[in-house]
Amino acid sequence: MTAPAPRALIAEDEPLLAAALQHALAQAWPDLQVVATVGDGLSAVREALALRPEVLFFDIRMPGQSGLNAAAELADAWPADTPFPALVFVTAYDQYAVQAFETQAVDYLLKPVQSARLQRTVQKLQQTLTHQAPAATDFEATMAQLRHLLAAPGIAAPAPASTPAPLTVIQASSGNQIHLVPVAEVLYFEAADKYVRVLTAGREYLIRTPLKELAAQLDAHEFWQVHRGTLVRASAIASVTRDEAGRLHLALHQRPEPLAVSRLYAHLFKAM
Amino acid sequence: MPHFDARSLLRHGLTTAVFCCAIALALTVSGQGAWDVQLAYSLGIGLVSWLVIDLGRVLLAPGTGWPHGWRGGVLIAAGIATGYVLGSVIGNAYSGSTQHLPHQHGAMSALVITIAAGAGISFFFYSQSQARHLQAHMAQAQRDAAEARLKLLEAQLEPHMLFNTLANLRVLVATDPPRAQAMLDHLIAYLRATLSASRATTHPLADEFERLRDYLELMAVRMGPRLAYQLDLPEGLRGVDVPPLLLQPLVENAIRHGLEPQVQGGRITVRASTRPGPTGTLLVLEVHDTGAGLATAPPASDAPGSHFGLAQVRERLATLYGTTATLDLIAASAGGTSATVTFSLKSVTP
Repeated sequence: MTAPAPRALIAEDEPLLAAALQHALAQAWPDLQVVATVGDGLSAVREALALRPEVLFFDIRMPGQSGLNAAAELADAWPADTPFPALVFVTAYDQYAVQAFETQAVDYLLKPVQSARLQRTVQKLQQTLTHQAPAATDFEATMAQLRHLLAAPGIAAPAPASTPAPLTVIQASSGNQIHLVPVAEVLYFEAADKYVRVLTAGREYLIRTPLKELAAQLDAHEFWQVHRGTLVRASAIASVTRDEAGRLHLALHQRPEPLAVSRLYAHLFKAM
Repeated sequence: MPHFDARSLLRHGLTTAVFCCAIALALTVSGQGAWDVQLAYSLGIGLVSWLVIDLGRVLLAPGTGWPHGWRGGVLIAAGIATGYVLGSVIGNAYSGSTQHLPHQHGAMSALVITIAAGAGISFFFYSQSQARHLQAHMAQAQRDAAEARLKLLEAQLEPHMLFNTLANLRVLVATDPPRAQAMLDHLIAYLRATLSASRATTHPLADEFERLRDYLELMAVRMGPRLAYQLDLPEGLRGVDVPPLLLQPLVENAIRHGLEPQVQGGRITVRASTRPGPTGTLLVLEVHDTGAGLATAPPASDAPGSHFGLAQVRERLATLYGTTATLDLIAASAGGTSATVTFSLKSVTP
């Protein structure tokens, strides 16, 4: 049985550059079939899930959401029965990103994309696609690097101008009142649209501070990021369960609702 | 010199010893006694003084090098006095003399030599350390200035923008040479303006709008239909002098934080107008975008550019026009953001 021709998706917001990459790929890798070209980070996830290509070329800075966030979201939503696509990030200039990419689990291309460099990427991709066997370890390596990239300053997280003082009290307004909620009572934070939900054993509050800013002011050992949108108190977790699809869910001591664990952060939970 | 510096302490000690040898030599030559005795007294007095003064310096003024004001004087006097007394004891012990002092002219002469040499050496060290301190200060100031210039240039020649533009040019060269040429011309004008902006103090508003057009044209090639723009400059205001590229950071912010994050893109309008103010006519320059708006953009967005851009505009306005100039950033009612620079029309032309 011969393998079907590999398919690729290009996510790049600048139309000329998207067309040029497609053109260059047609020369460097005639077998590769570019099945879709999208211009923003939201369509990138949608189209990738619908088409399930083998290779993804993601621009890092895109409207909607960044290529990194799109890849993280995709990793969560990706069906377990299909191998995760090979990822190539495309960036014009991101000194941090280039440093972070040195580990090489995920490839990257610098714009303007030059033919010789593209040729190397194509060779690497072809090798990865033919040695499909250790997909699980590949996926782990990809997740590890995505985590690393998302945490690197200047790419997704703001470069910390100064380390803010650790937060001890959350101030949440409701109506004409401001509730002071000790951080020690908070079981988890969850991003919801423009708000962040703050959950204690008995109540729920809404605040406007973005989760990323909160995370910077909380002790990372006390609150674990288990999902892009969830920070949970480690000591509040009672158990972790794996469902049939291989996804992890947390049960908490003092709250009835389960919390989903992103595949990006599944590495946090290992039996000792 | 910050904190305890063993090397400078040792250097001072060695220099003091050399001075002492010279004094002993001079005294021997002028027939004041045996050279080894002179050397014993001289080294004894000198090195004890040095130890007291230099260690006192480290204790009293860690960091700055020398204690300020009267403390410095007291320290030197104490050092010389201790050196004189203890040094004489050492000299006496060496020569086996019970006599209080080494040579026939008596205590006064030895005391005068001690005080003169002690004060001289101390002053020498003091001015040396001052000079080093000043030098370090100047070097730091120079480094700071260079860093500030570099930061400004990096903000103006934002590498991300530059490389993306080059990537587009690379494509156009092959597919659409006339358009590539037009884009290259805009890039050249933009680069020239950016690089010379720090030198020229003002240029006409018409030039300012031309430079904005260069930048927006470059962005229009890159963003395609996602960017629409409009430049409104009334004929009567074309000649008004403004600081070069004053509006550039505001337009960049409008694109970067307004239009770029938005999937559908948007429209940028730059408008110049006048309105009456309390002390004369005011020039109003407005950069308006229909982008993501202030609320959705996190305050410390991912790159150093945003805050630096606004801060830079504010700083330039403050140095050029004082408190009469203002920069207002407001969330426009129909979505998007509006940045308005206002300053007195008269104060523009110096």
